Amino acid sequence: MSRDLHELGLLEAAEALARKAISSVELVQALLDRSAALNPSLNALTWVDADAVLAAARAADAARVAGDARPLLGAPMAIKDLLNVQGQPCTAGSNILKGYVAPYDATVIARLRAAGCLFVSRTNTDEFAMGGSTETSAYGTTRNPWDLERVPGGSSGGSAAAVAARLAPAALASDTGGSIRQPAAFCGVTGLKPTYGRVSRYGCVAFASSLDQVGPIARTVEDVTAVYQVIAGLDPHDSTTSARPVEDALPGVRAATNLKGLTLGLPRDYFVEGLDAEVETLTRAAVETCRELGANVVDVDLPHSRYGIACYYILAPAEASANLARYDGVRYGFRAPAEDLQEMYEQTRSLGFGAEVKRRVILGTYVLSSGFHDAYYLRAQKIRTLIRRDFDRVFETCDAIIGPVTPTAAFRIGEKNADPVQMYLGDIFTVNVNLAGLCGLSVPCGFTPSGLPAGLHIAGPAFADARILEIGAAYQHATDWHVKPPEI
Amino acid sequence: MDVPYVAGLARIALTAEEAARLQGQLDDILAFVGELKELDVTGVEATDVAADTHNVWRADEPRTGLSQAAALAGAPLTRRGQFVVPKVIE
Repeated sequence: MSRDLHELGLLEAAEALARKAISSVELVQALLDRSAALNPSLNALTWVDADAVLAAARAADAARVAGDARPLLGAPMAIKDLLNVQGQPCTAGSNILKGYVAPYDATVIARLRAAGCLFVSRTNTDEFAMGGSTETSAYGTTRNPWDLERVPGGSSGGSAAAVAARLAPAALASDTGGSIRQPAAFCGVTGLKPTYGRVSRYGCVAFASSLDQVGPIARTVEDVTAVYQVIAGLDPHDSTTSARPVEDALPGVRAATNLKGLTLGLPRDYFVEGLDAEVETLTRAAVETCRELGANVVDVDLPHSRYGIACYYILAPAEASANLARYDGVRYGFRAPAEDLQEMYEQTRSLGFGAEVKRRVILGTYVLSSGFHDAYYLRAQKIRTLIRRDFDRVFETCDAIIGPVTPTAAFRIGEKNADPVQMYLGDIFTVNVNLAGLCGLSVPCGFTPSGLPAGLHIAGPAFADARILEIGAAYQHATDWHVKPPEI
Repeated sequence: MDVPYVAGLARIALTAEEAARLQGQLDDILAFVGELKELDVTGVEATDVAADTHNVWRADEPRTGLSQAAALAGAPLTRRGQFVVPKVIE
């Protein structure tokens, strides 16, 4: 094998394992060595248990010798520190869950485990996935492999950085307002936020339950599709999952060569003030590539999308304030010493939660409180309806919507910390997809003059996940932005 | 927003310094989300979740869950198979 093992993508590795060109132990050891060398400067991984994963790799190799031919047997993945893997710590990037060990597998983990995958490491996240930079993590900031002075995006910044830096061929992540797609764009990798209801959240630490969705990050659309295929589908443990059958998307993704016959909407509303000129240039070039591939690109209007961030910053904190009520120092995690119950709750949450989580829980409590509920929460829910209707109208004539993932490339560490509203505006192009329950894909679409990656956002109607994966694959088959590794 | 009062509702104790910093930040955020007041939402129904599932039922039958030991394993303090908390009843 001429390439280094850590360079192999997920399906490449699975194929090499299947024909016994490599062993799972060799592959896992290569990723462990690379993680040990690079993670001290990247801080993408929060936990690695080399002995345990090597034992699992040996077991996978032995199973293969015994005739086990599962396609992903022995294939390694990194997992966002928000998803329960039985026996591994799960902290959601928070001091309040330091020391917590997951007593069961999340459904997505159980499915990947059944498919033969190995879980090599846990990846850094903004605390409870609340952030766009990993700067709110109790483990400190992950650094962007393309520029160590910059953030990797967030909240799934550890997953995106790990995949970009070749610490793992693929990772699981979650996306509530852009937390898969924005870090994928910032780190030059590929990320899918599946349709709401397509992938189970059972065993995923809850942030905002009407918006949260679990999805994959990898270097190619093929690898993202391979993971999606395993994790998608009905789960009795998550009542929001759909009973619709999961299509076999991989053949179409592999065969995608053009965009003929497809109409792609280009929202005029996204090319406005606030969109960085370099990112705009890269996005427009990617749109031109889509035209050359045969797509009919038409201008569309999403007049309420500009209200998406404000809407989100009422609804998501409201849901978070309810979801995070469970961290009370009684059943799991950290407990502050106290004389009485009230003091125990208040001190536990005060010392256990970081500043961003407190900000959002207090904001969410306020917008749900008596006298303010209708003015904020109910109004935001109605505006959510208007945002959905915009998309419904556009999808009457368009197969998908394309545009930038983020208004800028990766920003400097510390640059937006002092101003929460500026940080929140980074999700302006991704958040509406969550509010409307749609699917969205981020694929690398070039580099700014200073060498930072940018992403093309492909958003589709609910349950058109396979379609946007095919569009992304056709684009990727015609470009090589996703192939270039960062120099680290 | 009365930050100390709302923080109390959320069971979060704030230092005076924290409360002061949050006051400014939360006022900024509320001013920002105030742009939603521009829109006329008369007659618009609310979306609570953008899903195509509604009530989901299952048979009311016992299922295997976590063992008592596994359920208690993450707790800060337990005694005789139960969670321990500060005394509530006088």
